[in-house]
Amino acid sequence: MRRVLAMLAVILLEIAAPARAMELRGTGNLGIVIERASGSVQVVDVGARASLGRIEGLGDLSHATAVFSPDQRYAFVFGRDGGLTKLDLLTRTIVKRVMQAGNSIGGAISDDGRLIAVSNYKPGGVRVFDSATLEPVANIPAVYGKSGALSKTVGLVDAPGRRFIFTLYDAGEIWIADFSRGLDPVITKFTDVGALPYDALITGDGRHYIAGLFGEDGLAHIDLWADPPKVERILDGYGRGEKKLPVYKMPHLEGWAQAGDRFVLPAVGHHEVLAMDARTFREVGRVAVHGQPIFAVARPDGRQVWVNFAHPLNDTVQVIDVPTLKIVHEFKPGPAVLHLEFTPRGNEVWISVRDSDKVVVYDTRTFEKLAELPVAKPSGIFFTARANRIGL
Amino acid sequence: MRPLAHSLALAAVLAGVGAAWAHAGELPAARESALSYLVRQDCGACHGMTLKGGLGRALLPEALKEADVESVARIILDGVPGTPMPPWRGLLSGAEARWIARALKEGRIQ
Repeated sequence: MRRVLAMLAVILLEIAAPARAMELRGTGNLGIVIERASGSVQVVDVGARASLGRIEGLGDLSHATAVFSPDQRYAFVFGRDGGLTKLDLLTRTIVKRVMQAGNSIGGAISDDGRLIAVSNYKPGGVRVFDSATLEPVANIPAVYGKSGALSKTVGLVDAPGRRFIFTLYDAGEIWIADFSRGLDPVITKFTDVGALPYDALITGDGRHYIAGLFGEDGLAHIDLWADPPKVERILDGYGRGEKKLPVYKMPHLEGWAQAGDRFVLPAVGHHEVLAMDARTFREVGRVAVHGQPIFAVARPDGRQVWVNFAHPLNDTVQVIDVPTLKIVHEFKPGPAVLHLEFTPRGNEVWISVRDSDKVVVYDTRTFEKLAELPVAKPSGIFFTARANRIGL
Repeated sequence: MRPLAHSLALAAVLAGVGAAWAHAGELPAARESALSYLVRQDCGACHGMTLKGGLGRALLPEALKEADVESVARIILDGVPGTPMPPWRGLLSGAEARWIARALKEGRIQ
């Protein structure tokens, strides 16, 4: 009798809700891995080093990125095709999906978690949505010059004070959109920041915005605490006198570039990682590396920086010891290493190896391989710990 | 390679009219599929995996309608100075660049 009752209870529960939603659990150690070619993501349990399941139907996810709601339950995925998809990590379902532009490149969530901003190539500019409903709330066309052309936008980040900051690739401008007084943003524009700014970062304290320049050896820096803020060139002419090498893939910049009292940044057209003092913004050294660096990611404690590389040298990862600026480890996870993400305290790192269709997990101290997960053409890996960090 | 294409290619070489591979428009099948993969996955980093464009321009047949195979191949090999488009010479041969150019124009990149 008891068994029958138990069975009945199970059946009733199954009817009442999807079985997977029944599990009572937190979301702080969840994450998603983008399956770029199949328009799907895998929801992963970071602690268990395991996949919990797949969510399909997200469109073109090449170069897709994601941000998380402050409660770490929802992921907002920005697809290449202009799709913005809100995922529920607990039920592993799509909550809402909108096609908001023709061609997009990432997004950001406001400090209060209410606004989702998306950076668009076509039509060039930033569109802003209510994070609860994905209803559009603001549109910021990136109009520049006399012709009124629209610039592609890159390097979109959140900044304290309900602001978004982004960079106009074609125009060479940086704009701050301030939503602190409502949904009609106050825009501050910085012009002539440099040639072809390709990506940007904001530091974890929300103070410094730094845009990388493809068209010149240098970066554009804004100290947001300055009154008024202004653009300054940093690491100006870092490749002076050296021939530029071909860049088969654009490097990426994110707030993780800060490693303790240093910034560690990929050079463009030089097989080097540049180290800069985090207070003076002057170069303190550089490290010759295996190829054109793509991601230079500081382990959360800042002691190490892990670097991956552009095609055709993209099977290798190098680990730089930050205090000595020496390469302390080099290995080949497999063909086409696209991305890496540290666990929140940096004890482990997850690496996506696109052409092996797997994600590999390593111990960051012993460099021992801990696990392999089958993932179809993996690219970006995003853990929910990002929900609590400015600029991620 | 098909016998007819082969004899055409052979004839072309014998006649001294230039690159037989390019003339026949074919590469070994494995190389063609590797190039298709390269275009989608690696060129796709800038041009979009579906080739609809990104930081770089769209590479769909419609977008390349006005461009001839030779000039597209030249851009692949030499890049576009002043832009992020790098020269692929050294990684790709002339015949391979021409195959990619033709396959792009004909929408044959799988």
